[in-house]
Order: sequence, then C-alpha cells, then structure tokens
Amino acid sequence: MLQMSVNSGSGAPPSGAVARTLAQLPEGEAGVLDRLDLPEDIARRLMELGFLPGHIIVPARSAPGGEPRVYRVDGSEVALRRETASRLILKPAKDVL
Amino acid sequence: MSDCHDCAGCVVAEAPASLRNGARSHVVAIIGPPNSGKSTLFNRLTGLRQKVANFPGVTVEQRVGKAKMQHHHADVTLVDLPGVYSLNPRSEDEQVTRDVLAGAMPGVPKPDALLLILDCTNLGRHLVLAAPILSLKLPTLVILNMADDLKSRGGHVDTAELATELGSPVALISASKGQGIEKVFQFMQGTSAGTTSLTPPRVELPVLQDIPRCRQWAHDVGSGAAYRAPAPPVWTRRLDSVFLHPVAGPLIFLMVVAGVFQTIFTGAKPLMDGLQNLILQLGHGIQHVLPPSIFRSLLVDGILSGVGAVIVFLPQILLLFLFIGILEDSGYLARAALIADRTMAKFGLQGKSFIPLISAYACAVPAIMATRTIENKRDRLATILIAPFMTCSARLPVYTLIIAAFISDRPLLGHFFGMQAGALLGLYVLGFVAAILTARLLKSSILKSERVPFVLEMPPYRWPTLRSLSLRLIDRSKVFLRRAGTVILLVIVVLWVLENLPVKNGQPPQIADSFAGMIGHAVEPVIKPLGFNWKIGIGLISSIAAREVIVGTLGTIYGKEGTEDSLGLRKALQSDLTPGGAIALLVFFAFAMQCMSTIAVVRRETGGWKWPAIQFAYMTLLAYVCALITNQVVRSGIFS
Repeated sequence: MLQMSVNSGSGAPPSGAVARTLAQLPEGEAGVLDRLDLPEDIARRLMELGFLPGHIIVPARSAPGGEPRVYRVDGSEVALRRETASRLILKPAKDVL
Repeated sequence: MSDCHDCAGCVVAEAPASLRNGARSHVVAIIGPPNSGKSTLFNRLTGLRQKVANFPGVTVEQRVGKAKMQHHHADVTLVDLPGVYSLNPRSEDEQVTRDVLAGAMPGVPKPDALLLILDCTNLGRHLVLAAPILSLKLPTLVILNMADDLKSRGGHVDTAELATELGSPVALISASKGQGIEKVFQFMQGTSAGTTSLTPPRVELPVLQDIPRCRQWAHDVGSGAAYRAPAPPVWTRRLDSVFLHPVAGPLIFLMVVAGVFQTIFTGAKPLMDGLQNLILQLGHGIQHVLPPSIFRSLLVDGILSGVGAVIVFLPQILLLFLFIGILEDSGYLARAALIADRTMAKFGLQGKSFIPLISAYACAVPAIMATRTIENKRDRLATILIAPFMTCSARLPVYTLIIAAFISDRPLLGHFFGMQAGALLGLYVLGFVAAILTARLLKSSILKSERVPFVLEMPPYRWPTLRSLSLRLIDRSKVFLRRAGTVILLVIVVLWVLENLPVKNGQPPQIADSFAGMIGHAVEPVIKPLGFNWKIGIGLISSIAAREVIVGTLGTIYGKEGTEDSLGLRKALQSDLTPGGAIALLVFFAFAMQCMSTIAVVRRETGGWKWPAIQFAYMTLLAYVCALITNQVVRSGIFS
C-alpha cells in the first residue's frame, strides 16, 4: 500500500496483460481499482474522493450520451468524464475473486 | 468537554485573547469537506450576523460572522473556511485554508478554536480530514453532521468512544434541523472562557502525505468507534432513476431551464414595472413638493433615477437566486450539471457553467455571482468572462428602439416572424456565438487548463430549508445592492454633473455646451468611422452606468421623450443616424461591456482589477472592430 501506483505520463500497463479501465466497466458491475494512470496531483485529488487502489467502484447512471458517468465509490457518488475514467486501471477480474 | 482546569497532564488552552486584549474577540474557524453542511452550520450559528467578502487577492469567498452566543459575555467571531478534503496546498481553497489555520492570512486572525464538520453518513472518507486538523493541536470540536440521515438509514456511531480516540469532543448534530446545535455553542463557550483543555488523541495520527494510509487510519478510527455506515439513500436512487433517465432526464432538465428562464424574464416583469412606477411616482412627488432648483434636479434626475436603475433589477435577481438556491440545496443542480456537461464541454466549459450562463440572459451580475457553484477556478473564470456576452435584459430597450427606428417590419417567415423579430433574434445569436467563441479562445490560450479533470460529487437529494433559502436571498441582494448600487449611483451622479455643468447665467447649459457635450465632441473622431456622431458619443458614455441609460440620454439630447417606444425619438434618430451607423450601434451594444455593475462584480469575484480590465478591453475592442466593419459594409451598399 505504500506505493501509490501513480504513473505519470506513460500509459502502458506494467505487465503484458490487457488491463481493464473503469471506463470499460459495465453499469452496475463492481470493479477493484488497481492504479491511477494520471499525473500525481490529479491522482491525489481523485484519491481524496475515494478512488484509492483497492477500493471497489460501481458505475451507476450516466448523462445522456454515456458520459459523464456517476460512480459509486467509498460511500459516495462521484461523476467523471470518460477521459478520466479511462485512466483508472482496474485489477483483472480473477484477482478480485 | 470537561472543566478540568487544574488536572495534571492537561495542556490548558491558551488564555483567551479577549482577556489579554479587550479589542480582539475569540475566533473560531469552521472547516470541513465540501457537502458536509458547513455553510448550513455557519448560518445556524450566526443567522444574519455575517458578512461575505473575498480573502485578499484570491477568488475564494470569505464568510465571517458573529456567533449568537446565549451567554452575553462571550464574543465569538466565526470564520467559514472553504470546503476542502485535505490541507495539501494544491488548490486556492486549500492554500487559503492552510494560511488561515496557520495565522498567515492577512486580515484574518489565527483561529483560537476549530469546528471540524464531517458528514457522518460517510464518516470513513470524511474522517480523513481529521488527521491534519487534529495535528494542529488547537481546541477542536468534531461535529458529525447529518445525524438524522444516519439514524433514518440505519447507521450508528459511538460518539463517546470517538471522542476518546481522537482526544477531542464530538457532537452528533443535524445542522439543517438544528438538532444538537447547543453542543456547538457549549464548546465555543468553553473555548472562549479558556476552560477547554487539549487531550492528546489515543490513536496515533497518520503520515499526512500518504492518502491510502490516512484513509486506512480513518477506517480504523471509525471501527474503533463502532461506526456502522448507513444503508444507501433509497430516495436518492429512486429520484436519480427519473432525473438521470436517458429520455425523461433531459426532458425534465429542459423543463427546469425553461421554467427558470420564463420566471426571471416574464415573472419578474410586473414586479420590475411596479418598482419603476413607484420610483417615477416618487420623483413626481418630490417635484411637486420642492421648488425647481439644481438641487431638485440632482435629487430626481440624478440620485433617484440612479437608485431606480439599480433596484429595478432586484426582482429578477431575487427570483434567480431563489431558483438557484432550490436547485443547489435540493441536490438537483449537480444532476443538471451532469446532463449539461457534454454540451458545455464542446465549448471548453463544463456542466456547472450552464445555469450561470442561462442566468446571464436576465442580467450578468447575478450570473457572475452564481458562478460560485463552479469549484474549478479556471472554468469559473472562463464563465465569468463570457457571461456579459449573453443578451441581458438591459440591452433590450436599446435594441427595441434602434430596430423599431431602422428596420422595416417586412415579413420574413410568414406574418408572425418579420424582419424586426429576425433582427432581435440575430442579436441574441450574435451574443451567444461571441460567448462560445471567446470560451474556446480562452480555454485554448490564457485559461488553458492544466488538464484538471471534471469531478462532480452527487450529493443525496434533500429538502431545501426556508431558512437557508432566505438567508441566501438576503445575502445575495445585499451584495448586489451594495456593489452594483454604489457604483451605478456614483456613475449616474457624475453623469448628471457632466450634463448640467457648466452653469450659465444660473441655468443648466444646453446639452451640446455641457461637459458631457464636450466629451461627446471629443470622442467623435474616434467613433465617426463607426457611423456615430457626438450625440451617440454622449449616449455611449452614459450607457456605461447601465446599458438602457442611453435611451433616456438620447431622449434628453434630442429633446424628446426618452423611452424605447417614443415615436419622436425614433424620428429624430432616423434623421440623424445613417442605417450603417444604426446597425453598427446594435452590434456595438451586443459586444461591448457597457455596464459598471458587471465590472464591479467581476472585480469582486475575481479579487482584483486584472480580469475586469482584460475583459473590458477585449469586449470594447471586439465591439469597436465589429461595429466598424458593420458600418463600412452597410455603407458600401452590399445589402441594398
């Protein structure tokens, strides 16, 4: 937990596996956040809102047109645009179980 | 909240400043994350004894008030700090909060005690802020707000246990219902009398820079206090399934917007007319009572008409803020912002800019005040800078007068939509296009966002309370009347002086010989290429007070009745202005920032003269160039 897994800039996932992002998670399905692929200050801002590695995130309703979408995370609901959600990398499904 | 003055090991709080220095009152700061009910608590504690300003040099709003203490001796000043999640100084809000808490904010005394307000329906996340606050070692009351929600949704927390863990007293309250508020007063009573002691927390505070660890710490503290999170808000989920429904959602949104628009426009009209009438009657009354003199003229034509020009907008502003208050307090504003976001993003703005921009069709002043709901400073600034392009109601009298005088009402699309209506619609479109192009320009140049992501918290739906709505209305009208009012009044009085001096043989001069006339003649060479003569020049200068003032001024200059439906004034303009000049005048008014109160409010909201100066220069230049092109094109006869 000490490592915050904050990557700045480089978008490539560390392992060879194709990581799923929060933007790809269907509505109502739970995902576990692995890391935030965003510059550190933005990542910290999102972490303060509950988007912390290890936390469960559930996509809820979206605005017409599919974005921004509301996410249920850490006891509250926060809306993000797709460009932001696609930088939040989820843990592979098998790791969750 | 023990009275252990003498007990060993207790660090007795610093002796209250009021004992050392009679002039300084006990200062208590309220701090909490956004949506924790901070402002509601502040309003509860202060009532109307508050004032709103900006922290020096920044756009962050500063609210200071006197607490309504039951005990007469206590003099407690409350400072409402901006909503923050942490004290890491990344945003202006966080920097301000840090500076105030450290006593480094000029003009704001270092707080003697703190009220930390947290939403107890989401204690796990909100407790994170307790770590940096408690490490300040100031007497702190931890307030768990929304106690009613916690209870009704089956949550629980052991406040006594939490108080022991944190080493600070804990109060479970409902700020909106007023439950438990007495505990907050008791705490302030204790700190101001110097009887509150600091106890070290039982739990160790985490390393503040490490957010995951802070969050883990908050979780552990919560578990230690037997915290059970409440069930999800059922009604909020149900309402969201309607308000964010793919089809019903946008329809409801459009209905809400249309309702707001309709009300601030037509609903306020009778009230505005009534006020205008009242002021007119008052003027007539004074004219009957007082003998004709320079003083009477100053009183009626100067001061009274100046005051009138201001308060005539008050009904619109009150209605608008009533709407915004209901939308914001109920939680719908966040949903509206969500729905509008995609469209606004195309112009480089965001969802929360939508309502302020719509409001600007009534008046830019409340619109600019309404941008406070936009947390992102750059988006807020962009919205403030483009709002005056929206066709506000003060432009309408000018548009009506010029269009009626210069555009023949030939049918354009059948009998219902003629050339005149088309011209008016065209001017609305012109303002809107200028606004969105300016927004794009700003966001790709000086306001280029450092990729701050759009983040919007969705608060649960709540009933707006009458108390909070009325406090907001009183606060906003005070701001409007003070800021806009004093400026407009000043400008109107100055204009009156310019139009009535120098006195010749004890009589006010003809307008052409007055100081105003001289200024008009002086600016004529500059505005001649636009097709304007010196009379229009005087009108333009007078319209800086408020746009519609030009109609009255032109009436005075041409010696005709100064209203927009005055036939005499139309005829006079027709014979004195070329069609090119007339259309150029419309274009000029569509773009120019001819409004002192807007300038004053932008200065207030942006905390300095820099932005209003840039905005005024940009809009005036744009207006000049476009009016110049219009006049030259019309004159060259391309369209005839």
